[in-house]
Amino acid sequence: MTARSERIRTVDEFDLLAAADSPLHAIDPRAKLLTVLLAVAVIASYPRHTVAGMAPLFLLPAAWLALGRVPLGFVLRRLLPALPFVLLMAIFNPLIDRAPLVEAGGIALSGGWISFASILLRFLLGMSLAILLVACTGFNTLCSALLRLHAPRVFVVQLLLLYRYIFLLADEARRVRLAYALRSGGERAVALPVAGSMLGQLLLRVMGRGQRIHQAMLGRGFTGDLPVRHTFRWHRRDTLFLLGWAVWIILARAVNIPDQLGLFVIKALA
Amino acid sequence: MHMADALLSPAVGGGMWVAAAALSARASVKLRSQPSESLAPMMAVLGAFVFAAQMINFSIPGTGSSGHLGGGLLLAILLGPHAAFLALASVLTIQALFFADGGLLALGCNMINLGVFPCYIAYPLIYRPLAGDGSSPSRRLAACIIASMAGMAMGAFAVVAETGLSGISELPVGAFILLMVPIHLTIGLIEGGVTATVIGFISRAQPELLTVANRMDRTRQSRPVRRVAVCLLGVALLTGGLLSSFASENPDGLEWSIEKMTGKKEIDGIGHPIHTALASLQSKTSFMPDYDFRKDDAADKDDARESAAKTGTSLAGVLGACMTLLLAGGVGLFLRLRSRKHL
Amino acid sequence: MSHHIVEVDGLNYRYPDGTPALHEIRFTIRHGEAVAIIGANGAGKSTLLRHLTGILVPASGNVRVGDCPVLPSTLRQVRRTVGMVFQDADDQLFMPTVYEDVAFGPANQGLPPPDVEKRVADALATVGCSHLRDRPPYRLSGGEKRAVAIATVLAMIPDILVMDEPTAGLDARARRHCIGLLKAFAHTRIVATHDLDLALDVCERVIILHEGRVEADGAAQAIFRDTALLERCHLEPPLRMQGCPCGGKLGAA
Repeated sequence: MTARSERIRTVDEFDLLAAADSPLHAIDPRAKLLTVLLAVAVIASYPRHTVAGMAPLFLLPAAWLALGRVPLGFVLRRLLPALPFVLLMAIFNPLIDRAPLVEAGGIALSGGWISFASILLRFLLGMSLAILLVACTGFNTLCSALLRLHAPRVFVVQLLLLYRYIFLLADEARRVRLAYALRSGGERAVALPVAGSMLGQLLLRVMGRGQRIHQAMLGRGFTGDLPVRHTFRWHRRDTLFLLGWAVWIILARAVNIPDQLGLFVIKALA
Repeated sequence: MHMADALLSPAVGGGMWVAAAALSARASVKLRSQPSESLAPMMAVLGAFVFAAQMINFSIPGTGSSGHLGGGLLLAILLGPHAAFLALASVLTIQALFFADGGLLALGCNMINLGVFPCYIAYPLIYRPLAGDGSSPSRRLAACIIASMAGMAMGAFAVVAETGLSGISELPVGAFILLMVPIHLTIGLIEGGVTATVIGFISRAQPELLTVANRMDRTRQSRPVRRVAVCLLGVALLTGGLLSSFASENPDGLEWSIEKMTGKKEIDGIGHPIHTALASLQSKTSFMPDYDFRKDDAADKDDARESAAKTGTSLAGVLGACMTLLLAGGVGLFLRLRSRKHL
Repeated sequence: MSHHIVEVDGLNYRYPDGTPALHEIRFTIRHGEAVAIIGANGAGKSTLLRHLTGILVPASGNVRVGDCPVLPSTLRQVRRTVGMVFQDADDQLFMPTVYEDVAFGPANQGLPPPDVEKRVADALATVGCSHLRDRPPYRLSGGEKRAVAIATVLAMIPDILVMDEPTAGLDARARRHCIGLLKAFAHTRIVATHDLDLALDVCERVIILHEGRVEADGAAQAIFRDTALLERCHLEPPLRMQGCPCGGKLGAA
């Protein structure tokens, strides 16, 4: 499946974006991380049939896209591969729940369709925030932020080392797959008995590399702790950032802003 | 098999996050206390191997489709449970952040479903006892297959439970189970076979590589009974919780199914114990879909009433939503134009 | 300075599957010498090098670095003296950025941050990679990776530099740069290589390994002119000495 191998290239794209400069890049990664986690939790807390109520939260990805100078196309392209699975799961709602729930302009919408839309919105909102977080922060910086937020050290070190070696191994896998395709008459899917030894060979090489890396570490005085560099400092603007967005998120959850806005406009027009 | 944010409630997601975080912390502590060489580089390259291996698709005979290695059991055999769990947790984190595989809220669920079950249950409780010291290839094959299938099944059940308990998807639990479990058992079967082949390959080529896990496991063997009990308790709670949460709410259904069962017994006219057992199994699987449907109906009505009340008139809500979105877009555009000027 | 002598005496080693790898290896390298270890593939060059930093433990015989025998208990001390650059640069660059990779060694030596900073700056300047400071290693070209890998070891200021195939896979410019680095290094250099022209450029002494044994140990010029010996060991003279009556002296720096 080419899709999976292309995924490694997308990690590259994230890296390039993260290396850029923007007001959002300058914010402390901890502030951004905490904001996203809060947003994700709040999004999930909406009742099943919420559609309109989630609209104010779209301010987050909209503002962050702009502030972070991230191209909209990039975010949409990253959302696309995950969309089919969500649709597959979500489509059961309208199939099962057929009872009409709301009437809009003469068309009766069943509860199922509304919850379907809700699931889609949750996906769009939550995922775009995660994507923006990584695009504006950079993975290595994010890991440092995790460590400063007291995530277990061994785990953070794992994330950093894993990230470093994914590209290398993806390249190897690509080469192995190509070699197979060239000698199997164009077949991309490997025959089952061959797969075992192919993966076995790859694994041997990988474990050999793991041993050599360890030896290189020992050669340079490794004592068991990999240092994680973090040079960011918390400023007042980071507090404002975090508090400001937190207030907006909680407000959007507590008060149905679109509803109030709509009622207000209708009254004003009437 | 990844759980998605969009189908998760904060209660379920948060609960699983707490469990996953606790287990990660515990695994980290266990690994730090290892006096001898650090597994960090090996864990990392094996995590990267999981990524790489998932790029190599193998054709599943007889189905015309293809699959790839999940890697959970393989890592557990090579690294031992704690290191394998952390390696898998880091792989899942990167998948969530970069490939939108699941999402941030669902990360805890995925760590449990795809990490805990192979590393802390399938490997120590099923693979190790069955495979013994690993010298017999046929025993190893059987152990890999059974452990893999069990891990997959547990993961599938967990996904169903998490989705059902969250209440955002309306997929009926019974149908969901029937959908998920057979597929995952098949995947488990294939994966077990491939894992066994790979391990066999390593044991012939460089057997000393397999001793890392054994060294790690020496610490676990100190209190096996307690661990087994805790794990079995956990599995029992999970399945028990799932079943009981549905059983308790609709006694009518239970009575109805019992009647059905006794009716069947009368029709068959055979008091054979096997028939009774089969009949009760049949009734259990048949009442669940109806069960859920009824439960969903009731919850739906409440939800609907609640939603209707919150939105007031639908027109106002939609109007307000459109305006809010336009405003949000406007703010975004404004900020983008402003930042361009500052370049 | 006698305390940087590398002494290998009666070294024997078998691979884990039992195949004999090294047999009765014996040599002494004095401070400041530049020695090339050459041989066909599978002769045991890399295996020998790994004994010098204690990565491998001999089945019998011993290895001394300066005053220190290479034993599991003395590894830390040995590794401060001997800096090894691996064949595959990717195995040595495991930190998120070049800076952190080069700083890894000095930081582990216990140096305070300002000193670490200086060591990194100096090392990167020596290899000409100062502009790559904040780059992640997977964004480097082959030549850049090799140069940075050398910097990671130079930053520890070793007394003995051991390199395994330093010019393999490099383009002409990167190779020339690497040769220049080796010539500029003031202390002992031990280089395992297939690149015999590099050996001719940098090293005055050559040790030939053949099937795990020391087949020859002497002056580079003399050994490279002994075509019978080279052929016996599945080798050829350096390219610039082939078919040239002046014996390669014209091209030697």
